[in-house]
Amino acid sequence: MSTNNNIAQARKLVEQLRIEAGIERIKVSKAAADLMSYCEQHARNDPLLVGMPTSENPFKDKKPCVIL
Amino acid sequence: MCDQTFVAITFGPCDSCSENRPLMNLYIKTEPINYCSLCMEIMACQDLAGGETLNSLKAETESLRKRLEEERKKLHDVELEKVAEKAEALSALNLKTRRTLKGHANKVLCMDWCKDKRRMVSSSQVPAHPVFNSSQEHAVSMPTTWVMACAYAPSGCAIACGGLDNKCSVYPLSLDQNENLAAKKKSVALHTNYLSGCTFTNSDMQILTCSGDGTSALWDVESGQLLQSFHGHSADVLTLDLAPSETGNTFVSGGSDKKANIWDLRSGQNIQSFDTHESDVNCVKYYPSGDAFASASDDATCRLFDLRADREVSIYSKDSIIFGATSVDFSLSGRLLFAGYNDYTINVWDVLKGTRVAVLFGHENRVSSLKFSPDGTAFCSASWDNTLRIWA
Repeated sequence: MSTNNNIAQARKLVEQLRIEAGIERIKVSKAAADLMSYCEQHARNDPLLVGMPTSENPFKDKKPCVIL
Repeated sequence: MCDQTFVAITFGPCDSCSENRPLMNLYIKTEPINYCSLCMEIMACQDLAGGETLNSLKAETESLRKRLEEERKKLHDVELEKVAEKAEALSALNLKTRRTLKGHANKVLCMDWCKDKRRMVSSSQVPAHPVFNSSQEHAVSMPTTWVMACAYAPSGCAIACGGLDNKCSVYPLSLDQNENLAAKKKSVALHTNYLSGCTFTNSDMQILTCSGDGTSALWDVESGQLLQSFHGHSADVLTLDLAPSETGNTFVSGGSDKKANIWDLRSGQNIQSFDTHESDVNCVKYYPSGDAFASASDDATCRLFDLRADREVSIYSKDSIIFGATSVDFSLSGRLLFAGYNDYTINVWDVLKGTRVAVLFGHENRVSSLKFSPDGTAFCSASWDNTLRIWA
């Protein structure tokens, strides 16, 4: 019955929106500050930001060394 | 999923009020019900609580939506870019293709890294899909084309994959190259439409899948049992990502309905929903801290959504980028966002400042998938040009 389905769907939608409207939110300034501090904290572990010596990077080809 | 109803008019005693009246013959879930039109109306209204009508529900929906928008707006006190002006500028990146893997004979659709940081699994448009390694290569034959999703088990001992066969199957891996891996296959997940994504949860024992049938589901690998299903998308679910283990039991999914949803794994509840994209959301990825996620969409943008602020906080786009983005991943610290596009390029974005840092050329067709290695030293991109490239 299409009317039954519509009612059930509409009710589900209202329930869902109620849940979403009710969650706790923080200000963007705080959220942004947290994202930034996470980046800063982990920046030194990030091989792409810090740069990795070629000898340690398994994907970069090592130039053959000859000891003279 | 559909209740098919056939309405025809006959005359006779009503099943409900027993009076002789013109009857409407209805089939509800294959059971025939012969009610007169009065009893039919009464039955239709049974579901409504006191004072509720379809219109009142619709009005409440509208007012709740407005309220959501207002709440989100109230907290939007500053832009991420503004806060990020204090952040250090990035030095130039020196990224090049270090390896090109050419084992596929067809479009590569998906790839995943093993936790050992050296092995990968990739899947493609035709039945065989190789498991790459610096020294070995297994090929697993699957009786289906378009394997659209693949994942490595955390232990490194198995892979899961699926696609147009609507299933997700798990293949245990062995070191013996001659062993027929397809024979040991275990069908775990069964959807009613194509499988678009799969991932193991924190162990080899559970798999999370998403499908073109609009649902995501959590399965027990051993028994094949459905543990939880997630309904809420109104179109195909194209992608999913599990939250980093420290932040708890949630995952994010994106779909053709332009939405990205956050779900609670245990309850099946849709906790949050983000609908600012203007087209299909092709890929979603959690920020390493678990407090945000990025998405790639056919609307040619990538966006960053913060979960605690419950809104989009950054958009990564350029007028010159007009092709859809298919895949995203963060570098280890979360400062860089790498995105693969349908114009064959990979763009690298500064997550905080919102600017583009680099463009990587090399692929000769669409980039379909992009993932960082577990230790962040390199990333791999898969493409419709039949190759995978490792960049470092």
